Amino acid sequence: MERVPILKLGRTLFVSIQIDLQDDSVMRLQEDLADELAATAATGVIIDITAVEIVDSFIGRMLTMIGSISRLFDAETVLVGMRPAVAITLTELGLSLRGVRTALNAEKGMKLLSGRAR
Amino acid sequence: MEIDSSQGRMAAYMRDHQDKVVGRWCELVVAGVRGRSSAVEIRTELEDLYALVLRVMAGADQEAAGELRAVLAELSASRARNGFTPRETALAVFSLKDAVYELVADSSDLVPEYLSFSRMIDDLGLLTFETYAAARERIIADQAAAMLELSTPVVRLWDGIIAVPLVGTLDSARTQLVTEKLLETLVATGADHAVLDITGVPTVDTEVAQHLLKTVNAARLLGAECIICGIRPQVAQTIVSLGIEFGDIATKATLADALRHALTHAGLKVTEVDRA
Repeated sequence: MERVPILKLGRTLFVSIQIDLQDDSVMRLQEDLADELAATAATGVIIDITAVEIVDSFIGRMLTMIGSISRLFDAETVLVGMRPAVAITLTELGLSLRGVRTALNAEKGMKLLSGRAR
Repeated sequence: MEIDSSQGRMAAYMRDHQDKVVGRWCELVVAGVRGRSSAVEIRTELEDLYALVLRVMAGADQEAAGELRAVLAELSASRARNGFTPRETALAVFSLKDAVYELVADSSDLVPEYLSFSRMIDDLGLLTFETYAAARERIIADQAAAMLELSTPVVRLWDGIIAVPLVGTLDSARTQLVTEKLLETLVATGADHAVLDITGVPTVDTEVAQHLLKTVNAARLLGAECIICGIRPQVAQTIVSLGIEFGDIATKATLADALRHALTHAGLKVTEVDRA
């Protein structure tokens, strides 16, 4: 199983998903992220899905769950770099990812989080 | 189209009386089209057709049948484009029967030949009808495609603010196209505000609202804030009486209000220049 690395940038955790998402790797990411959030007291999580071309309802739900878990640690989740096709798929599946903020790219995502810190 | 000796006789007879038959045929057709094509044009068209019909009936060459069909198909397709009714188009072919009949009526010895000739013309008439319908359907399909393309522009209002003026009924196919174009533009321009202007949407029912919400949700996934504007008073009443909820989506009366909202949201301010 491939693992997704979690990078710490200041008080933000940066996750860039560069692999084809399998259910178990998403589960693993969720666990790793929870551990990392508890350990680092980060205030923001950026999940970059620029390279992700396919999502299903399970992955959509897991992303929402990651958002909810982060909020328990008082961290905000921003999902960045979603492809138009993925966005259309998610809305067709009826998933609007409540509780997760979105931004067009990583730069705008960082800006969103820094705006919150102010 | 069967070619037998009786048709050969008929062909010879028709060739002998060509001027008379074509003249009468033209009269009948010109009366039918009521001045939408000139008599000279029709005469050339029909003379060509008549020559081909004779060639087919004489059975001299194999290509004539194919050529006749091609010419007829072309004729009925052009009539379909010019707004002739199918009746008028088919009549152009069928009136050849009348023209010939008026001639044959006196000489009773040509009856079997006339019948076989008549069958052939019926066949050709049906062919014109078929091509007419096909041409019309192609026109409709082309127009629908053109309309879909034309009716979904995405325009840039400001740096980071784009607008989608929606005109016409929103069905699933339209929504899909609008959403795709909107998202592509969001990615291409890096905009973070999108204004959906529904001034041109005639009615907003639950289905249309559902489509709008889908578009807004998809745009939100790309981190863009959506504003719906152009809600007319009647539309507002329908929305409320149907119990449609737009949730936390900003809705404004006019495009100007929406632009002002987006500018404020983006931290921009429009001020008057002090000219004094």
